[in-house]
Amino acid sequence: MPVASRWFLAAALALSASACVTINIYFPAAAAERAADRIIDEVWQLREGADGAPAQGSSQGEAK
Amino acid sequence: MSVLPAILRRLGALAVGVVLTAAVHAQGNLEIDTPAISALKQSMQKRHAQLAPLYAAGAVGLAADGTVALRDAAGVPLAQRAQVTSMIAAENADRAALYREIARANNHPEWEGDVRRTFAQRWVDRAQPGWWVQQGGKWVQK
Repeated sequence: MPVASRWFLAAALALSASACVTINIYFPAAAAERAADRIIDEVWQLREGADGAPAQGSSQGEAK
Repeated sequence: MSVLPAILRRLGALAVGVVLTAAVHAQGNLEIDTPAISALKQSMQKRHAQLAPLYAAGAVGLAADGTVALRDAAGVPLAQRAQVTSMIAAENADRAALYREIARANNHPEWEGDVRRTFAQRWVDRAQPGWWVQQGGKWVQK
C-alpha cells in the first residue's frame, strides 16, 4: 500500500515537526525565575557567608 | 507492507527524542554561565555599592520594565546629579545586555522580552524594605 504509507509518513513528519517547534519555542518561566534569582543574589550580594561579609552592608542599615 | 514497521520504528525513536527534549526543557536550568554574563554580573555588582544608598534614599527606584530610573531628582544633590544620571544609564545598558545575553546563551534570542519581564518581576519582588518600586504605573515604597 504505497499510497497509504506515504500519507502516513507525511502525517508523521508533520506531527513530529510541529511537536518540535512547540517544545522549542516554549519559554521556561520557572527556570528563568531561578536564573534571575541566582543573578540577583550575586549582584545584590544577598547570599550570606558565600565569601565573607557583603562589602556594602553598612550603607543599607540591614538589621541583623 | 514491509515499509510500515520501519516507519514505526523510526517514529518510536523520534518520539523518545521529543520526550527527552521536553524533559530537559522542563527540568533544566537556563544557561547563565557564559563569559559575557559573568562580566555583566561583575560590572553590576560593583555598581551596586553606589546604587544601594540611592535606592535607600528613594532617589533611584526599580522600574516595572526591568530597568532602574531616577525617581526623585530632589533626593540627589545638584553636584552629583549628572553622575547619578550616567550611573543609571550604565546600569540600564548592562541590564539590557544581560537580558539579551541570557536569551542568546540559550539559543533563543526571541526570549529577550520574556527574560526582561521575569527579571523585572524578581527585582521588584526582592527589593529591600524602604526601596521604591514601580507597580501598576505608580511608585510604591516597599
